[in-house]
Amino acid sequence: MAVYKRTYRGYSGGYTPDWSRFLVLFRYSRRNLFKSKFLTAFFVLCFFFPLLCILGVYANDHLSAFGFSGLRDGPFFKINGNFFLIFLSAQSSLAFILTAFIGPGLVSPDLANGALTLYLCRPLSRIEYVLGKLSVLAIVLSWVTWIPGLAVFVVEASLAGWTWTLNNLWIATGIVLGSWIWILSISLLALALSAWVKWRIAAGALLLAVLFLGAGFAQAVNHTLQTTQGYLIDVSKLINIVWQDLFHDSGDRAMPVGEAWFGLLAFAAICLYLLMKKIRANEVVR
Amino acid sequence: MQPVIELKSLSVTLGNHQVLRDITGSFTGRTIGLLGPNGAGKSTLISTLLGFWPITSGSASILGHDVARESKHIRSLVGYMPENDSFISKMTAVAFIRMMAELSGLPPQQALERAHEALFYVGLGEARYRQLGTYSLGMKQLAKLAQAIVHGPKLIILDEPTNGLDPPARQRMIRLVREMRDTGEMHIVLCSHLLRDVEETCEEVVILKQGRVVHYSNLENERRLNKRFVELELRGDVNGFVSAVEGLGCESAPGALNRLKLVLGDKIEVSDIYRVAAEKNVQLRRMNFRRDTLEEIFLKAMEHTNGSL
Repeated sequence: MAVYKRTYRGYSGGYTPDWSRFLVLFRYSRRNLFKSKFLTAFFVLCFFFPLLCILGVYANDHLSAFGFSGLRDGPFFKINGNFFLIFLSAQSSLAFILTAFIGPGLVSPDLANGALTLYLCRPLSRIEYVLGKLSVLAIVLSWVTWIPGLAVFVVEASLAGWTWTLNNLWIATGIVLGSWIWILSISLLALALSAWVKWRIAAGALLLAVLFLGAGFAQAVNHTLQTTQGYLIDVSKLINIVWQDLFHDSGDRAMPVGEAWFGLLAFAAICLYLLMKKIRANEVVR
Repeated sequence: MQPVIELKSLSVTLGNHQVLRDITGSFTGRTIGLLGPNGAGKSTLISTLLGFWPITSGSASILGHDVARESKHIRSLVGYMPENDSFISKMTAVAFIRMMAELSGLPPQQALERAHEALFYVGLGEARYRQLGTYSLGMKQLAKLAQAIVHGPKLIILDEPTNGLDPPARQRMIRLVREMRDTGEMHIVLCSHLLRDVEETCEEVVILKQGRVVHYSNLENERRLNKRFVELELRGDVNGFVSAVEGLGCESAPGALNRLKLVLGDKIEVSDIYRVAAEKNVQLRRMNFRRDTLEEIFLKAMEHTNGSL
């Protein structure tokens, strides 16, 4: 029907599958995301280090081709779990900065404008809403963490051959699993803060505060009580301990890996609880 | 006929406060008005029907679907225009309405087409590329209406649609509601504390007070019945006139000062009264149809329940 007729008519066309509705939120949020030139520039910058790593890996395997054969016998550096642990640490820092920019703007505008009622009066559950918003961060952060990580791994695998690949498949698992632990933890925290703090800048600052002040408090608790349990409130430390385990790092662990996993699960549960408290169609006025 | 809304002993408790108490009713009208003073439970009833609040006891169904078990399906059949501001200020109207249509399950292309149509239909066609944050209150109300109808719902719930509107904007909104009603493609529940809005648009009225239904009225029937009630002021042979009209099948109740109330029989028309008056040589000095306005119905409903108006 042409719009100029201006009469109401029902809808008799087809519908998209139920499961795909949360992707609508992802598409619209993503569209707004890269309207910021600064964010787009920073996102591009996040690929600089992975590119450097790929070049480094390639050069490492082709020293002779560059005329460095006389310098030493073996490669300059070893491509092992430790290499990818450093890679993931660097990329996760960039991912964190991206989260601080993107995260606070995901839920707070909906809450500030009372738009949640309109989302939730449609065939979209609260969980699907959270999933939709979470997918924005998850997909953007994936491009910065595990996707370039796997790219570096694949380059090395193609250069080093099947034996190296088969012997080091656990590294690929570590890259994917380690990245997702970081992505989910930091995304849930960002969404929870975005839901509770309606002012974007304050929510972004709080995200930084939770991570850095958490680390400070953890140190204070550990020193005061002569314990290591204080790390349970330091999310970055907990993730680091899990990463050390995933990448077979032989360095000292601040606490047992099991406790770190427990701490992370508890942290995720708290974030989800805070989030679901706020993601409601109506607020109860007592 | 399948009821639009069916409530069976519905009770809803929020915190320690029982907001809806044992409500029972079956409403079939094309337009149903939900009336009640502030705090009567109108908005809670709407929220419960949309599945926002859990049912404490009893049951509710919309278009034959149980609210507790099929809330997601119900939400695909329903369009909701909330009372409060609900929008994303940085989005253009067309992008916002399109997103809402897509969330209701429309494919992107159809959603875009319907978004344009809905905005033109409510009268925001020229302003559809403006950000919602720049809209006036009246325009925001219209944008909320557009998002409620964009997916072609079977039932549309309008919560105080004329809130804050100036008279021309209010008239426009009422006209739109009437037009949608007359298309016959959807049922409408209109929740308002403005009796005139309900009177102008609704066929059925449900009046809530303190979480209970205190009155149900089919306005169409009331209007039809009112036309059977006539009040007369006569001069001349009143007794003879009364006997004659009772002979035709009317019921009468004489009042003071030659006044007379008549309930017309099924086959009696006003012209018959003129004829009898002429035959009996009685002057008809005044003749009124009874007109129970919604306001009177509302006030009576409020008085009948513990008289705490």
